[in-house]
Amino acid sequence: MHEWALAEGIVSTALKEAERGKFTEVTRINVKIGELQQIDGDLFVSLLKEILQVEDPKLKRAEVVFENQEAILKCRVCGHEWLFSESKKGLSDEDAELIHFVPEIAHVYIRCPACKSPDFEVTKGRGVWLESIEGE
Amino acid sequence: MDPRLTIIERRLKDIKRIIAVSGGKGGVGKSLTASVMALIFSRLGYKTGLLDLDFGGPSIHTVLGLKGALPREEKGIIPPDAHGIKFMSIIHYAGDNPSPIRGIDISNAMIELLAITRWGRLDFLIIDMPPGIGDSTLDVIRLLKRAEFLIITTESRVTLDVVNKLLNLLKELKAPIIGVIENMKLTRSSFLSKEIGALDVPFLGEIDFDSGLEDAIGNVDHILGSYSKDPIC
Repeated sequence: MHEWALAEGIVSTALKEAERGKFTEVTRINVKIGELQQIDGDLFVSLLKEILQVEDPKLKRAEVVFENQEAILKCRVCGHEWLFSESKKGLSDEDAELIHFVPEIAHVYIRCPACKSPDFEVTKGRGVWLESIEGE
Repeated sequence: MDPRLTIIERRLKDIKRIIAVSGGKGGVGKSLTASVMALIFSRLGYKTGLLDLDFGGPSIHTVLGLKGALPREEKGIIPPDAHGIKFMSIIHYAGDNPSPIRGIDISNAMIELLAITRWGRLDFLIIDMPPGIGDSTLDVIRLLKRAEFLIITTESRVTLDVVNKLLNLLKELKAPIIGVIENMKLTRSSFLSKEIGALDVPFLGEIDFDSGLEDAIGNVDHILGSYSKDPIC
């Protein structure tokens, strides 16, 4: 599954941050998962834990905490704001999966419910994000 | 923190050379040149990847006559094989639909593809750049620090003006420049080679306009046949 690649990115960024902050041990990794990318949080955490075991000793015991972030879209043409979850109801499973791989593909398959424009921005909840790390 | 940025270098670590085929203007033959280079490298036995970064107007798949080739998931995305080349493009996800994507979203889509694509060991990764000196050029310079730029132009003064700006930008940002190729040459004029020479950039050669090339689009053997008859001068 391609989530593995993103999980590797989280671990690699956490390690970089730990080195920057001169941490000898990372105790907690806080991750935000934007709804647009449609990643299962529990699955993502289990992948992260698997990678943490082999990446670097200072990350091995880190607890991983994730928060799901609702995806909000805003039309650049008419200013209408709406939730991705509303648009998702009208997407086929195949189209939703394509957005899962590359969230910007939302512009191909989603239109503003008010004016039908594809010209919108994702103001919140695009994808996976390393919020912070904690440690000593 | 964006977790994708730190992983890109790891995704590219087993690639010996990264060549960004650029040119500033559209319609000068970047996609065709990128495709032919990738095909020739592949047929010479080099492991080759081809990345279409022209999200607004992807065309490599048309040049190579590809239909239905899809990436597969394996701890990331493995590009499909296209005539012996590992090929990655937004068309794998957008299909034949238009991709009305703005600057910041273009950057995000490009970063996503670079972060999740597992190229494996390659001798060459050829990148077909979009026209313009905008987000994609800046992102390639920022994220693919080993990328070497191959500039395609025509003999038009209009095109040369944009190429000048691109070359100045690349020099300022200390991005490696392989050189300039004059494509679709219609006259024997040496105007362009002199202009490029004056900029202290290698002028690599000229490719004559090939009136039969359009009929070869989509047929790899015909494209390579056409090029072998009219090699780079």
